[in-house]
Amino acid sequence: MDEQYKMTVDAERAPVIEPGYTFGTVTEKISAIVLTRPASNGWFVGFGIAFMLTMMMLYAIGYLFLKGIGIWGVTIPIGWGFAIVNFVWWIGIGHAGTLISAILLLLRQSWRNSINRFAEAMTLFAVACAGIFPAIHVGRPWLAYWLFPYPSTMGVWPQFRSPLMWDVFAVSTYATISALFWFMGLIPDFATLRDRSDKPALRMIYGMLSMGWRGSARHWHRYETAYLLLAGLATPLVLSVHTVVSFDFAVGIVPGWHTTIFPPYFVAGAIYSGFAMVLMLAIPIRKIYGLEDFITELHLQNAAKVMLATGLIVAYGYGIEAFMGWYSGDRYDAFTLWNRLHGPYAVLYGALLICNIFIPQVLWIRRLRTSPVALFFASGVILVGMWLERFIIVVVSLHRDFLTSSWGMYYPTRWDWMTYIGTIGMFLAAIFLFVRLLPMISIFEMRTLLPEAEVKAE
Amino acid sequence: MPQIFHRSTNTLSRATIFGAVFVIAALGWVAMEVQRSPYVTYAGVRKPQPVPFSHQHHVTGLGIDCRYCHTSVETSSFAGIPPTKTCMNCHSQIWTNAQLLEPVRASYRSGESLQWTRVNQLPDFVFFNHSIHINKGVGCNTCHGPVDQMPLMYQQQSLQMEWCLDCHRAPQKNLRPREQVFNMRYQQPTSASPVVVDGQAFSDQVELGSMLLRKYNVRGVKDITSCSTCHR
Repeated sequence: MDEQYKMTVDAERAPVIEPGYTFGTVTEKISAIVLTRPASNGWFVGFGIAFMLTMMMLYAIGYLFLKGIGIWGVTIPIGWGFAIVNFVWWIGIGHAGTLISAILLLLRQSWRNSINRFAEAMTLFAVACAGIFPAIHVGRPWLAYWLFPYPSTMGVWPQFRSPLMWDVFAVSTYATISALFWFMGLIPDFATLRDRSDKPALRMIYGMLSMGWRGSARHWHRYETAYLLLAGLATPLVLSVHTVVSFDFAVGIVPGWHTTIFPPYFVAGAIYSGFAMVLMLAIPIRKIYGLEDFITELHLQNAAKVMLATGLIVAYGYGIEAFMGWYSGDRYDAFTLWNRLHGPYAVLYGALLICNIFIPQVLWIRRLRTSPVALFFASGVILVGMWLERFIIVVVSLHRDFLTSSWGMYYPTRWDWMTYIGTIGMFLAAIFLFVRLLPMISIFEMRTLLPEAEVKAE
Repeated sequence: MPQIFHRSTNTLSRATIFGAVFVIAALGWVAMEVQRSPYVTYAGVRKPQPVPFSHQHHVTGLGIDCRYCHTSVETSSFAGIPPTKTCMNCHSQIWTNAQLLEPVRASYRSGESLQWTRVNQLPDFVFFNHSIHINKGVGCNTCHGPVDQMPLMYQQQSLQMEWCLDCHRAPQKNLRPREQVFNMRYQQPTSASPVVVDGQAFSDQVELGSMLLRKYNVRGVKDITSCSTCHR
């Protein structure tokens, strides 16, 4: 047995994969979920609810197209409401997938192999949810394609100096690379499913998706190279996308937005919420599908540690914001700080501090860090906290304008809530389909974690 | 296990993946062409009118000036559509029995305006002003085309924003002396036939246009390409 494997099954530390598995059993266990396991009643109920929420979202969006932005709570001075809050929230959640699949791959963190597949799927679905909001927020959504630079009959290009334009490029690049990366990773597993499936139709579909994969040495050689290259391409995106999203705010001169801490603190917040979402999905899924041997205590712990670290960066960001409110000597910055603590949204700011800073500190305790139930709830709290953070940044900064005559309040309408909750439904519906139709854990990457995969010296 | 796909699938899949690039590029090109074609812009399309009024006959044949009918073109945003009385100035005397002109006489008798079909139609969010263009030396036919050779009126240009900007970004390409604006036979200067302005002969359009830009105090390109110049 190899040294490294011994290390990973070290009694002090939870193993990356429970002992006793072979190539065959790993493949069997993961592919059986897709190929042989019948869909349970629970799946149908869950998918049904998620699907109904998706329909509710489509209804809300359809009514929006009919009536216009007026059905939302946005007004002057709060021209950016739920749409931007939810956009930033979703796009942030997506970040964990890219971090896990690209950066941890380059850093040779082999524990990522158990969770990268569905973390990437989560990224894609989160980006899809995020993409809806700016598109329906532009007022005339049927002209949203004007955001893209194409040789139009108007003879003008989009405003390249606007951070909103940078957003278009950042997010569309991100979505493309994430989709490519996800598909690339699936190719050998598609081939496995093709070979193991006994239904001709499934063999055709998985056969087409696997693009003629035969698993020859040459295939693997090219595959590994391409996969590493894509990981290299995706790595800067982890940092760049949320940096650009933070520019939407930081480039403006609104107090509460105009600060240089935003890019790093947004990226940290994105990974924070992303790992929370990974855990919220992984914990029930491993339980329901009996995958505790593959997604072990080690994975839960590692994710908890990442959340702890990024959560502290986020806390530092809040601290610096508050400090600069005082230190800058700028009366508007100082007022923004005062307004967060004592203004009409002070309750939400308090809730934000509790959710994002205080409650997650329980993860220092090893017993809670390894308890799936505690982690599940901590992750939920963090997701709420990160949503509140974006709400505070967008709404609280805007609702007290420089001119007191234009002060106002933001009250989301039922259409705002229906759209937001609807995207959660769409996200979950996609996850439900994903776990039934595709191998949710990378089969071929799991096999490399086994002792059989170690090359022995002759 | 038998083969799932026929061996030709290899070629087929390569061809479709490689071909998709060209198909998508071609679709984009077609979309661009359609968007600029008369199918969308109506350039060159002759629309039905209550009376088949011929600009060719009245301008080239009879030598009537544009302003005889379009009276407000030099002072107003709207060039003006003549009232029936303008037609009847002549047609109470000539062609008084022509069947073709019965709608004109009917309009004159009843006082109901002729309902012409508008040919050069800009969207409502564009604030176009004829007088400023006339007074800065933009000829009628620069935008409206050879109206003196149109038996039935049609729109000459696409009227798309890129066409507006084409001139607004380089107005010297099209300016002419103020007194030549209504001359439908005006030719841009060449070395063979120079254009004389204030005793100075110009044989090059850009030279002439640049001089006229200064002479007529045309605002800079930055001003006349500002969004709010046309979209107020």
